[in-house]
Amino acid sequence: MGEPLLRVENLVKHFTLKAGLLSAEVDRVRAVDGVSFTIDAGETLGLVGESGCGKSTTGRCVLRLIEPTSGEIWFEGRNVTALDGAGLRRMCRDMQIIFQDPYASLNPRMTVGAIIGEALVIHKLARGRREFEERIVQLLETVGLHAEHMRRYPHEFSGGQRQRIGIARALAVSPKLIVCDEPVSALDVSIQAQVINLLEDLQERLNLTYLFIAHDLSVVEHISDRVAVMYLGRIVELASARDLYASPKHPYTEALLSAVPIPDPAAKRRRIVLEGDVPNPIRPPAGCHFHPRCPRAMARCRQEAPLLRDLGSGRMAACHLND
Amino acid sequence: MAGSTPASPTADAALPGLAARRTSLGLEAWRRFRRHRLALAGALILGLMILAVLLGPLAWRVPINEIDFAAKLQGSSLAHPLGTDDLGQDLLARMLYGGRLSLAVGLAAMIIAVVVGVIIGAIAGISRGSVDAALMWLTDLFLSLPQLPLLLLIIYLFRDALRALAGPEVGMFVLIVAVIGGFRWMPVARLVRAQFLSLREKEFVEAARALGATPLRLVARHILPNSLGPVIVAGTIDVAAAIIAESTLSFLGLGFPPDIPTWGRILYDAKDHLDVAPHWAVVPGGAIFLAVLSINYLGDGLRDALDPRKVM
Repeated sequence: MGEPLLRVENLVKHFTLKAGLLSAEVDRVRAVDGVSFTIDAGETLGLVGESGCGKSTTGRCVLRLIEPTSGEIWFEGRNVTALDGAGLRRMCRDMQIIFQDPYASLNPRMTVGAIIGEALVIHKLARGRREFEERIVQLLETVGLHAEHMRRYPHEFSGGQRQRIGIARALAVSPKLIVCDEPVSALDVSIQAQVINLLEDLQERLNLTYLFIAHDLSVVEHISDRVAVMYLGRIVELASARDLYASPKHPYTEALLSAVPIPDPAAKRRRIVLEGDVPNPIRPPAGCHFHPRCPRAMARCRQEAPLLRDLGSGRMAACHLND
Repeated sequence: MAGSTPASPTADAALPGLAARRTSLGLEAWRRFRRHRLALAGALILGLMILAVLLGPLAWRVPINEIDFAAKLQGSSLAHPLGTDDLGQDLLARMLYGGRLSLAVGLAAMIIAVVVGVIIGAIAGISRGSVDAALMWLTDLFLSLPQLPLLLLIIYLFRDALRALAGPEVGMFVLIVAVIGGFRWMPVARLVRAQFLSLREKEFVEAARALGATPLRLVARHILPNSLGPVIVAGTIDVAAAIIAESTLSFLGLGFPPDIPTWGRILYDAKDHLDVAPHWAVVPGGAIFLAVLSINYLGDGLRDALDPRKVM
C-alpha cells in the first residue's frame, strides 16, 4: 500500500498551567509528547495505556477537538493541522468519534432522531423532511435499533442502546475513520461484546478504519490489527496484535500483559508488579519515562530517552534493551 | 446475521408501549406540567390575578380616588368588599388598578434581568480569556455597587426627562423597569456562565463539535437549552424581588406618583394605621405574597416540564 489513510507525525500536546494576575505560564502538562503512527485504510489500530497516559488526548487531537501544540496530522494526503473554518468542517465528514460515556455523550433535551440527524442538517445531507427521516431510520437499523426509537429521548435507553445511538450519530456523515474513545469501558461485560461485534460488523460492511482507544487489553487484542502502547505521553511499543501479545519487546508492555487475567484457575504465570505510580506528567523523569518503575532499568535509561526504533517486520519499540 | 446486530431484547422490552403516546414536544411538556400540582395551582392563581387586574376595573366601576370621609378605615362591607383607607377610598378598586402596574413591573423587570443576564453569562461562558474576565469584572462591579442610593440617583436624574417624553405613567414605568432589571441581572449572568463552563466540556457538546457544528449552533441547540433550569427559577425569584423593589421606591417617594396606587404604595400607606385598620395592609400584602408564591411554583413546574429527563 502507498500512503496510509492517517499519518500522525510527532504529535505534541502540552496543556499550560497558568496562575496569577497576568496569567503567567507556571507549568505545562506534557499530555502527548511526540507521538507518531500511521493507520491504513480498513485497519484497526488499538491504542492502550494507563489512565492519564495521553491516549484520549491523542484521539481528540487527530480530530482537532483539541488543538495540538505541534506536530502534523495527514489524512488522505491532506494536512489536517493546517485546515481551518470550512475545510475543517468538511473534514468532519471523513473523521468521527465515539465516546466512552454513553450517558454524557447524548444531549438529554434532543430526541434520538434529532441527535442522529444533526449531522445531516449541518452538512445539508438530506433534501426534504422525508429523505431526512428515511436516512435516520436507515442509520438506526444499521446499528440494530428501530424506526420508532427516533422520537424518544436518550434517557429512555439502556447504556448499550445509547452507545448504539452514538455510533449511529458518527455514521451519519459516512466517515472513513472513526476514533473510538474507550467505547465499551462504561458498559456491562455482556453488552461490551454486542457493541464490539457491532463495530466489527460495521467495519466490514462500510469499510471503516478505527483508531481504537482502550485500557482493556483483551478487548484491544480482539478488535485490533495493530496495537500501540502508550506510557506518559509517548508510544513505547507498536506491533501487530499477534506479535505484541505473543512476545512483547518493552518491559512496560510485558508488565501490562502479565496483568491480564486468564480465565483458568489452574494457570500459573509470573506476574510483573510495577512499583509506584505513574510519574507526574508535569515533570516526567529524565531519560526513558519508564525507568523509575522498570524492573530492568540500566544506567543508560536514566540519561538517554530511547527512540521508537524499527525492529523489523513492522515491530517498533522504544527500549535500550533491544540494542 | 446479514447486517445488523440487534440490541438486547430485554432492554427493548423494558419500555413497553412508549412509542404509542409520543406526540409533540409541547404536548409532552404540558403533560408533565399538569402532574405538578402546585405549579398548576400557581398558574391558575396567577392567571386569575392577571385576569382580575385586566378585566376587574371594567366590572367594579368604583373610582379609585373617590374620597368619602364618612366611610374611612372601614372593614369589609357590601359597598366596599375589601374595606376602605383613611380617605374612604375603595380598596378593591385601588387594588385592581394598582395590580396592573405591580404585576407588569415585576414581569417586565424579570424579563430584562433574565435576557441581559443570559446574554452576558453566555458570552462570558463561551469565550475564554479576556472577554470572560472583563464581563465577570463588570458583573462583580455591579454586584458591589450600593444599589439603593444609585437607584435613587438614576431615577432622580432621569425622571423628569422621561416624564416629558412619554407621560408620567409610561415614563416612570420604563424607568423603574429598566432600573430594577438593570440591577438584577448579575446573579443570572453568573448562573449561566457557570452552567456554560461545565456544559462546554460535556461529551455531547464535543460530539456536536466533531460533527462540524458552528459555535452559534453549539450554544443555541446544546448548551443554552441545558442551562436554563436554574435560570427559570432565578427568574421567578426576580419577579418577586422586582415587585418588592417597586414598593420600596414608592415608599421613598421615587416610584410612581403618589396618586397611583401600586400594591407596594398601598402597603406603605397602610403601615401607620395597622392598629385600627389591619385589613388595609393585609390586602396588598396578601396579594404580593400570593403572586410571588404562585410565580415561584410556576417556575418550579416550568423547569421540570421542560426537562425531558423528568419522568412523572
